[in-house]
Amino acid sequence: MIDILQTYWLDLLIGGYPNGPLGGLAMTMIIAVTSIVLAFPLGVLLALANLSERRWMSRSSGAVITFVRGVPLLMFIFWIYFALPVVTGLSVSGSVTLIVALVIFESAYISQIVKAGILALPRGQREAAESLSMTPFQVNMKIILPQAIFNMTPSLISQLSSAVKDTSLGYIINATEITFATAQINSILLTKPLEIFGVLAIVFFVICASLTGLANILERRLGRSQSIALANVR
Amino acid sequence: MLTLLTSENIARFLFGLLTSLQLAFVLVVVGGVLGVVLAGLRSLPIRPVQWFVSLFVLYHRNVPLLVQILFWYFAMPQLFPAPILRFVNDHNPEFLLAGAALSFAFGAYVSEDLRSGFRALPKVQYEASRAIGLSFLQSFVYILLPQAVRNSMPALINQLLLFFKGTSLASVVGVAELTHVASDLNSSTLLTFETFFVATVLYLFISLLIMGAGSFVSRRMAMRT
Repeated sequence: MIDILQTYWLDLLIGGYPNGPLGGLAMTMIIAVTSIVLAFPLGVLLALANLSERRWMSRSSGAVITFVRGVPLLMFIFWIYFALPVVTGLSVSGSVTLIVALVIFESAYISQIVKAGILALPRGQREAAESLSMTPFQVNMKIILPQAIFNMTPSLISQLSSAVKDTSLGYIINATEITFATAQINSILLTKPLEIFGVLAIVFFVICASLTGLANILERRLGRSQSIALANVR
Repeated sequence: MLTLLTSENIARFLFGLLTSLQLAFVLVVVGGVLGVVLAGLRSLPIRPVQWFVSLFVLYHRNVPLLVQILFWYFAMPQLFPAPILRFVNDHNPEFLLAGAALSFAFGAYVSEDLRSGFRALPKVQYEASRAIGLSFLQSFVYILLPQAVRNSMPALINQLLLFFKGTSLASVVGVAELTHVASDLNSSTLLTFETFFVATVLYLFISLLIMGAGSFVSRRMAMRT
């Protein structure tokens, strides 16, 4: 295992860069973080639309969320893989395809998180803001969302962890992330699948377990600070 | 659309869907039993056993499902003793290995969900069942488990939805399930839009059934309390 790491650590870390496209673990993290950052505003919009009092808005955003939750991520990846070049007329790299598919996919899940965060706030927050004659836009931007999103940070971090895991699907469409790099090394070495896939599993384990661990710590902190705040109010 | 849906291609789609459902069936049965056993082991007051189970759960929750499938497909056969390896190679190895990967991962998630189901039970349940003379195993199987399963039913159904979608990853190692059939037909007919449309609709149909079951169960539970 050690000798494989000594030979191929650079491929696992950054792929063929600077002589080829950036790849490996660096690309995995870039894809995951970019997709979450881009999916976040979409998720907030979907959540607000889903909670809207206008029927057609809540219905249509609910349908979008159900659709995305009901179809495998791999299907989205294939759709984007084949449709994006046709629609845009450009040849699109595997990594960009993966990011677009992940943005669609994660935004539905983020909207569920944001929605739960909004619903968990006391009703008085909205009522108080409305009685200060804030417009609905101001109520959402200044009062509701900052609190809801702050409380939802742990869930958003675990969503980042599942985005990191989902980047592994890039292997299927030749996006140059770490799973792809591993499979390439596996086909060079041929006889060492146990070691090389073991390395891959350990890398994912370390990253995702630390992210979920961080989410758990934050959740406990937030729970405590909220109960202190509530105690002060009383 | 009509050029795609010849009777032969319809049969291939349905056969692919059937294989996806077979994978789902295997992971529910094997993974479900595994999850119950793991949850039971974790409730034993033996430290090393608890550590083993929590490491098992941590591994399966923090490593991507695709990597687990690739690991089972490429690496695990190296560890198998010869008779098992021969058996696997004779009986559709792709299906068996992908099914094993999905079942192990599902078992880990099920045991986590059941654990919170157990934690929601009052301790008196266990004490009362021991007091009327049931053994540890009997009180686990007859008293605690049914209630824990009922408590965690919404979470379990949500997990089933995620893993039903996860069966699409088995296409990567060559299991002829729905996604694999779709990408095969795509390359043979070149009707990209139509093939993936049919596959998406079929996936959505099964997912909606599972989601419907989920909301039915949580409505029933809301009525009970």
